[in-house]
Amino acid sequence: MPVLKEETVAIGSDADVVLVRQLVRRRAQELRFSLVDQTKLVTAASELARNALEHGRGGEMLLQVLQDPPRSGLRLVFADQGPGIANVELAMKDGYTTGGGLGLGLGGAKRLVNEFAVESTPGKGTRITVTKWH
Amino acid sequence: MAVSLTHLPRILERHGDALLADWIREQLQAKSRTGAIKEGELREQCAEFLRLLREATAKGGTSDVSRPEFEPLRELLANVSRSRGVQGFSPSETAKFVFSFKRPLFMRLREELGRDAVALADETWAVTELLDELGLLTTETYQKTREAVIARQQEEMLELSTPVVKLWDGILALPMIGTLDSNRTQVVMETLLEKIVETGSEVAIIDITGVPTVDTLVAQHLMKTVAAARLMGAECIISGIRPAIAQTIVHLAIDLGNVITKANLADAFKTALDKRGMAQVPGR
Ligand SMILES: Nc1ncnc2c1ncn2[C@@H]1O[C@H](COP(=O)(O)OP(=O)(O)OP(=O)(O)O)[C@@H](O)[C@H]1O
Ligand SMILES: [Mg+2]
Repeated sequence: MPVLKEETVAIGSDADVVLVRQLVRRRAQELRFSLVDQTKLVTAASELARNALEHGRGGEMLLQVLQDPPRSGLRLVFADQGPGIANVELAMKDGYTTGGGLGLGLGGAKRLVNEFAVESTPGKGTRITVTKWH
Repeated sequence: MAVSLTHLPRILERHGDALLADWIREQLQAKSRTGAIKEGELREQCAEFLRLLREATAKGGTSDVSRPEFEPLRELLANVSRSRGVQGFSPSETAKFVFSFKRPLFMRLREELGRDAVALADETWAVTELLDELGLLTTETYQKTREAVIARQQEEMLELSTPVVKLWDGILALPMIGTLDSNRTQVVMETLLEKIVETGSEVAIIDITGVPTVDTLVAQHLMKTVAAARLMGAECIISGIRPAIAQTIVHLAIDLGNVITKANLADAFKTALDKRGMAQVPGR
């Protein structure tokens, strides 16, 4: 699938999570996503960026603008080299948290996008790919 | 790298006092905001610059300001530009500290080397490069300082931009604007709780019309605040949840079930008045 544009943002602090949200919002606006879809994707990005920061010891986001006529889309890949997720199915469950959060980030992010994939190797890191189509 | 031979230290030594006087006159003439800086302070900075420049070039030549011999001089320049950055000087005014030294110095170079055209040309070239580099250093530090100043101002503004206002006797409102992240949310929520105690309010309205994203962290902060307020005997109403945000909250499966939510601040205010047992809307 043709990738029109690619960019990366490092995720190492709270401020970077804000940058991630701002960039995702800007690109979603450029692709003329509806306000609801913009908000959904930005919120999913916020969850996954914060997970990479808090659970994965920081990482980065790769953003790709996809062109698959007549659709266009945004793909976000969050990668970290943290401890990984031992049981992905469990982590995806609403309410499951190891960090005193609400435990709704992963499951919520999945419901906010069109495509969602987790690759995680304990001890190596986590890579979560989400795509939203317009 | 070999240290190139330079006449500079000798000239600085011999004409030190005259150079200092010429240079200060040069800067006072330019007189933009230089008035804001005291002449005594300026004289001190210039004298120190001349001394350190002489020492640095005597040992380290003129070709490379990143050499360790230039360390004290670089530090002085950093201090000068930092203090000017804070005092609100423009970048060019700050860079002029170094650049205004060119003219007085070149006059002395001509005096000293005038008969030897080749030496004069070489030395002028080397000195120009040196001063340009030192000038650039001041600009870099200046920028960093300004960035730090701006960052600090932004932080201050963040705190200022979330005022807790008293809408009515016993009713507080907190209009939240912008990004709600850990630090800021913490500050804001604490302020609200303090104000509740201070004013003995029974209802607090948190209006999030100006918040672009509500994710699980923001939601958690909101719910904790609601819970803490409740412990202090105050009820919170969250208003201004826009349609797009309402949808994401549902997808995130965040349960706001036991929090009163209203579409806008006016509705929330009405509810608050009802809660306080006041049938009348103020002003009517
Ligand atoms: N990138 C990651 N690396 C390692 N573990 C992760 C990562 N992302 C999520 N997890 C694990 O999955 C759990 C669930 O994540 P989820 O985002 O759903 O909840 P949370 O982050 O704990 O709380 P919140 O509701 O605030 O997001 C986390 O508590 C953590 O144990
Ligand atoms: Mg999370």
